[in-house]
Amino acid sequence: MSINTNEELVKQFAIRLGDDSLILGHRLSEWCRFGPFLEEDVALTNVALDYIGRTRMFYAYAAELSDGKQTEDDFAYLRDCREYQNFLIVELPKGDFAYTMAKQLIMDVFYYYYLDELCNSNDSTLAAIAGKAIKETKYHLRRSTDWILRLGDGTDESHGRLQVAFDALWGYTPELFEQDELEQKLVKQGIAVDTALLKSKWESRLKEILKEATIDTPINSWTVRGGRAGYHTEHLGHLLSELQYMQRSYPGQQW
Amino acid sequence: MAKEKLELFEVFIRSKRGLDHRHVGSLHADDPEQALEYARDCYTRRSEGLSIWVVKSSDIVASQEDDSDAFYDPSDDKPYRHATYYQLPKEVNNM
Repeated sequence: MSINTNEELVKQFAIRLGDDSLILGHRLSEWCRFGPFLEEDVALTNVALDYIGRTRMFYAYAAELSDGKQTEDDFAYLRDCREYQNFLIVELPKGDFAYTMAKQLIMDVFYYYYLDELCNSNDSTLAAIAGKAIKETKYHLRRSTDWILRLGDGTDESHGRLQVAFDALWGYTPELFEQDELEQKLVKQGIAVDTALLKSKWESRLKEILKEATIDTPINSWTVRGGRAGYHTEHLGHLLSELQYMQRSYPGQQW
Repeated sequence: MAKEKLELFEVFIRSKRGLDHRHVGSLHADDPEQALEYARDCYTRRSEGLSIWVVKSSDIVASQEDDSDAFYDPSDDKPYRHATYYQLPKEVNNM
């Protein structure tokens, strides 16, 4: 059986989109029972579930492309840090509420434009997943925009914490708009999204919201990258040890 | 935001096949817009409905139990309040 190398590229692409969703969803799920109050706890975990749902769709597609040799669980539970290809920003700790919402706003604005483009992918499965996901993202964006305005234009404490959060996260954002060789090949085929073209839209939308929230747009003084190549921050290892503990301790267990 | 300062809202949902909004519960939020979003998260995730109304609990005016005698005493002993009590002459029977 000949190896369809293009299928392998699409599979890796699907895995990375699954990785982004899984890690971001996992961080959001860490708010479960720690939310500032009950209704917000429900809302945050709702968003987490949306992301886990996306993860399943992307991993299921990758499993299909592996000819059934790998399953969704293999991708989620049996890979170590160096095999994960998520953006670095999603693996950062949940931090305080301002940090989580700042990170969420950055990602929601990103996905708002990204998924809109992915809906036009020449790969019909990816386009279908994007079609479902963008409805969720529209709601996520409404929520995070609302919170950034409340926190930024809020008390001295909330404003301070939010500014610190954006300053701490900004250096992780350039990575969102960079593509490696794999993605560039898929962009040429109209399968992947040319993220470089989204940067200015993302930036202006974000700046608009930050301005209204009276938050200063951070200066680009440093950048961290490497997620797509499997070079991660120290945080991912700890996250995976929690996420994968059960499957690793009791391999092949079933509910 | 202090938990104590959050306002209480009553939530009403109209289902797909319904004509009326039904009271499904209550929640705390900072303002009506946020209450609407929380209602969506708490009360509509299992396809319960298509339309949400949120009302500040403090805006709801409700009848008191003590008033039930005066308010609700049935009019069974007042048949003249019903249209059927009156006999119409044959000439105008199909009014």
